[in-house]
Amino acid sequence: MENPTYDTTIVRSFVNWSILWGLVAILVGVLISFQMVNPDLNIAPWFTYGRLRPLHTNAGIYGWGIGSFMALYLYMVQRLCRTGLWSPTLAKVQLYLFNATIITAAVTLVLGFQTSKEYHEMEWPVDLMIVVLWVIFSVNIIMTIIKRREEQMYVSLWYMLASLVGVAILFLVNSAAVPVSLFKSYSAFAGTNDANVQWWFGHNAVAMVLTAPPLAIFYYFLPKSTGVPIYSHRLSIVAFWSLIFMYLWTGAHHLLWTPVPDWVQTLAMGFSVMLIAPSWGSVFNGYLSMNGQWHQMKENYLVKFLILGITFYGLQTLQGPLQAIRSFSAFIHYTDWVPGHVHMGTLGWVSLVIFAAIYYLYPRLCGTELHSIPLANLHFWLVLVGQLIYSVSMWIAGVLQASMWHAINPDGSLSFTFMETVVRLYPYWWIRALGGVLYLVGVLIFIYNIYKTAAKAQPQSVPATENA
Amino acid sequence: MWEKKPVILLILATAAILVGTCITMVLPFVWVNTEADRITSVTPYTPLQQDGRDVYIREGCNNCHSQTVRPLVAEVLRYGDYSKSGEFVYDRPFLWGSRRTGPDLARIGGKYPDAWHYKHMADPQSMVPRSNMPDYDFLTEAEIDPEYSRKKMETLGFPFTEAQISSLEGKTEMDAMVAYLQKLGSDIPWRQSAKTEVVGELANPSPKDKAAIRAGQLLYADNCAMCHAEDLTGDIGPALDEPYLDDADLFRLIHDGIEDGGMPSFAALGSARLWQLVNFINYRKQP
Ligand code: HEC
Ligand code: HEC
Ligand code: HEM
Ligand code: HEM
Repeated sequence: MENPTYDTTIVRSFVNWSILWGLVAILVGVLISFQMVNPDLNIAPWFTYGRLRPLHTNAGIYGWGIGSFMALYLYMVQRLCRTGLWSPTLAKVQLYLFNATIITAAVTLVLGFQTSKEYHEMEWPVDLMIVVLWVIFSVNIIMTIIKRREEQMYVSLWYMLASLVGVAILFLVNSAAVPVSLFKSYSAFAGTNDANVQWWFGHNAVAMVLTAPPLAIFYYFLPKSTGVPIYSHRLSIVAFWSLIFMYLWTGAHHLLWTPVPDWVQTLAMGFSVMLIAPSWGSVFNGYLSMNGQWHQMKENYLVKFLILGITFYGLQTLQGPLQAIRSFSAFIHYTDWVPGHVHMGTLGWVSLVIFAAIYYLYPRLCGTELHSIPLANLHFWLVLVGQLIYSVSMWIAGVLQASMWHAINPDGSLSFTFMETVVRLYPYWWIRALGGVLYLVGVLIFIYNIYKTAAKAQPQSVPATENA
Repeated sequence: MWEKKPVILLILATAAILVGTCITMVLPFVWVNTEADRITSVTPYTPLQQDGRDVYIREGCNNCHSQTVRPLVAEVLRYGDYSKSGEFVYDRPFLWGSRRTGPDLARIGGKYPDAWHYKHMADPQSMVPRSNMPDYDFLTEAEIDPEYSRKKMETLGFPFTEAQISSLEGKTEMDAMVAYLQKLGSDIPWRQSAKTEVVGELANPSPKDKAAIRAGQLLYADNCAMCHAEDLTGDIGPALDEPYLDDADLFRLIHDGIEDGGMPSFAALGSARLWQLVNFINYRKQP
């Protein structure tokens, strides 16, 4: 069989852009965490907290998350199918459209054209761009898989395919709206229905964007980095199907104690707890693949990123179900605890796995070695410590806040006014901002390292003989 | 088998995704927002209120403020009656939010007089010194476009009159915002039913007590100064520096508030703290 030629320049461009959007997300994240302690940093009307927070979350999830996933899907699909892309041209169009969409989204959000639905704040014209983008992306990946030269489809491909349809369904339904002008529309659903649709979308954005793609990456890059295969094929089958089946029932765990019908809440609670099983299926699969290889944790910086990543995924999928229990939700919902949960997932799990994948493939795309492994290690420790400071300070703050909100005097009156609870949180918000700055420094070192690696690039990039 | 057939995998995955979707997302439409949870006193937004709501969305107030009160003891005490599904039937989109960096606003309507909101929105720190809410004074400069409002009302299918549209002329986004905030949560008459009665003999437990006066002074700064001024000379609310109510009447007034006058009820502070306030106001000048 002749050796296929892989399309790698497009992968590299996607990585470069996703890193840029990741940097934007983190810079804005650091800015809003300072705005929470110092409201003078709000520059009205464009740069107030209410407009920047959606910019932060969308740049993080879509710019950095989806951008990297696009890069890595385009890379993995070629390797796993032992064939070039179905359409390299379409992939180029995709890159331009991706950047155009992110830029339009960022500009319109800052201008205040937003719907208020979390992770779906963009108004309808941006939604249309996203739909076109997703179709182009999906068609290219699916067609490449169909014309593949490797009979068996590896686990990563299942997660990729599921996320492609999953995102499409979620996004289309939650976009339903009636436009009144170019940048304003009203949701097709009202009140409690709208809430239930939104959180069906919102939680499954976590499943289809922040879980399935990083899992695809993890299942591919862990064996690549360690040189030993995944522990159990059967376990990955069971985990895959139960994960995508169960996630969709759980949206209402964001709406416990609200007017959403009780039975919907109860189902969400039950399925959330059951989700521990498939989630931990993948965690065990990762850990058991390390049997006899644990020494690599010391020697191989890639393994450190990946194993810490899957560990945070494991913790995240224990904490999540706990939060989905009614009594616990009554306590921590609406508090700072939740940003603590969110950033263990995004900064710990998702970003660590992406860092590992980029470290693995970037030097290969450039036909060279990574500029500096010590710097990669420094990056690892900075982001790890930064993220832990973030999450731990927010968990403590959340518990403190919740207990103050619920505290009642013997005569039946509230023990604390709302402002008394806010004032007590300022120290924790400062600590969180500090954690964010550490994380930012780590990411700047990462960018420097990648930049230096790119500067060493050989003109003839990837030898076409390198196989999957 | 599906491991070798991508199209079959896609179909199976779609099916797996659709089961939970249909049951927990599609099925509830059968019950929600139907006659079953209708509340007759809940009315659609007026053009001005709807404009305010759209500004609320544009400014992303929902990133710091939730709009649902859960049926939990402390929450009902703090914010008011818990939220009912029927109260949200005109909300496109819903604005329940997921964070409470600021307090819940589901029942903010009628809590403060308009003047309080104008001042607070323009400069929250002038009323609540350590608040981290951004300033929104630029809203006073943006005028409402009545024709655009008409189009929005038509799209939403809400009833409106020509008089309502023409009265928008010259109104600012700040006016709209305040109108919206004052409507929130006030479609059901919860304030009357939530009222707690002061029962029994009202006797000041520690008249003229120095410690109580000092504690009252702090409470005053946090809860009352924003309307009655730091030195009690009055601002949004009247001057309190020449007290004329006896202890029991003053207690009752602070406890109940003056609903139509814009004086909020402070029952949630609890009687111990209310007596400290009474001591501060009535006896702060006495040796
Ligand atoms: C950074 C978070 C933040 C944003 C954004 C924000 N607020 Fe606030 N808001 C607060 C905090 C904290 C308080 C409590 C302290 C105070 O009264 O200022 C508050 C208080 C309020 C209150 C008084 C509530 C009460 O019961 O006393 C209203 C009304 C209000 N905000 C409306 C708004 C509106 C309208 C917007 C959007 C234009 C907005 N807020 C944006 C944080 C925020
Ligand atoms: C949102 C603004 C606001 C706040 C906060 C507020 N008040 Fe008032 N208060 C008013 C207004 C307005 C009136 C006048 C109501 C009327 O007479 O119709 C008033 C009236 C009063 C009166 C009756 C005065 C008179 O001359 O009739 C007293 C006493 C009073 N307030 C005490 C307090 C105390 C004590 C606090 C703090 C716990 C407080 N108020 C907080 C707005 C406020
Ligand atoms: C079994 C898996 C999981 C369950 C059951 C779960 C459960 C939950 C629950 C109940 C909440 C709502 C908290 C509240 O507001 O009270 C939440 C919020 C959130 N979770 Fe998880 N979680 C899981 C895994 C993850 C993972 C892997 C991520 C990846 C990053 C993640 C990201 C988020 C985000 C972004 C939010 C915030 C949503 C918002 O309020 O805006 N979760 N999760
Ligand atoms: C150092 C980097 C970061 C800092 C300092 C930071 C800071 C913040 C802050 C202050 C908030 C608002 C929390 C609140 O409501 O109180 C927030 C929310 C959020 N951020 Fe970040 N962030 C960072 C990185 C990221 C990244 C990389 C992602 C995504 C990949 C991300 C995703 C989110 C999400 C989804 C939310 C919404 C959480 C919720 O609704 O509870 N963040 N972030």
